[in-house]
Amino acid sequence: MPDERTLQVKVWRGREDGRFQAFTVPRRASQTVLDVVTWIQRHLDTTLSYRYACRVGMCGSCAMTVNGKPRWTCRTHVDKVADGDILTVGPLANLPVVKDLATDMAPFFDKWTKAEGRFVPEDDRPREFHVVPPDTRERQAANAGIECIGCGVCYAACDIVRWNRDYLGPAALNRAWTLVNDVRDAGNDARLAAVAGDAGCHACHSQEGCRTHCPKQINPTASIAGLKRATAVATIKGRL
Amino acid sequence: MTARAETRLWLAQRGSAAVLALCVIVHLATVIYAVRGGLTAAEILGRTRGSAAWMAFYLLFVAAVAIHAPIGARTICREMTAWRGRSLDVAMALFGLLLAALGLRAALAVFS
Repeated sequence: MPDERTLQVKVWRGREDGRFQAFTVPRRASQTVLDVVTWIQRHLDTTLSYRYACRVGMCGSCAMTVNGKPRWTCRTHVDKVADGDILTVGPLANLPVVKDLATDMAPFFDKWTKAEGRFVPEDDRPREFHVVPPDTRERQAANAGIECIGCGVCYAACDIVRWNRDYLGPAALNRAWTLVNDVRDAGNDARLAAVAGDAGCHACHSQEGCRTHCPKQINPTASIAGLKRATAVATIKGRL
Repeated sequence: MTARAETRLWLAQRGSAAVLALCVIVHLATVIYAVRGGLTAAEILGRTRGSAAWMAFYLLFVAAVAIHAPIGARTICREMTAWRGRSLDVAMALFGLLLAALGLRAALAVFS
């Protein structure tokens, strides 16, 4: 028997100076927020812009603000987040809005580059392969942050990003921390210099908004705390 | 400001916070203990004057305040206002010196 219930959905339209537009969408069992947005675009308004790819929580492209909180929409069930029959969907905060629900992720990923978030190989090839035992402290620390899918939810949830547009943000700093703990990497001196200071790890207030909202249950605050320790040690040893 | 300088400021603030935590506890406990039995200001001064231990304690307290407060105020200014750069750094350094001067004056008053 079909479910006759409906959902009242308010969807952001336009750019930063846009407005919410109301839609009525049929309610379905196991319906995700991405299902709702897709239904609106397929049946009610083909001009609605949004972004998604994998639909299974791997690609990190479908994050939006759902009822005031940043979430990955492909794995967010309507039943868990709807306020009764009301759902409000907007673009991610702290990023420029391209149109409707699509944000410009360039500032977010530019900061990964600024945080030296790329693997730096050693100049000379080692004679032997690096052995990385899974139970070492470094490997455990890298494991804790390595599953980031770059969805931008933590960046949208972070008050420091809101206050300080230069702040590198939780995801870029978490990425840097995984590389600091990569024993094969040779770029840590430049990386620690890049992540130190008021635009880097020292700006974090440890409020854990990133940890609260991360859909992958990563704790970027812990990674940032690790960077604070690493930069402190590097400064004391004269390497920074 | 360089990454090294920023990290040094952060270390200084964390270190001074640890010192302050101890100093505030000792200071408040002493105040509560001193007034419990109805000691007068003159009696308190009678115990602190000439005491090198109390002078050393309050010199440490003042130094921690003079380091901690301007670094924190600088961060707050940078986060909550548009004030950045050298003028802010100089203003906060002067604020630290002012705190140190006022604190030393108070410490000397109970010592000598």
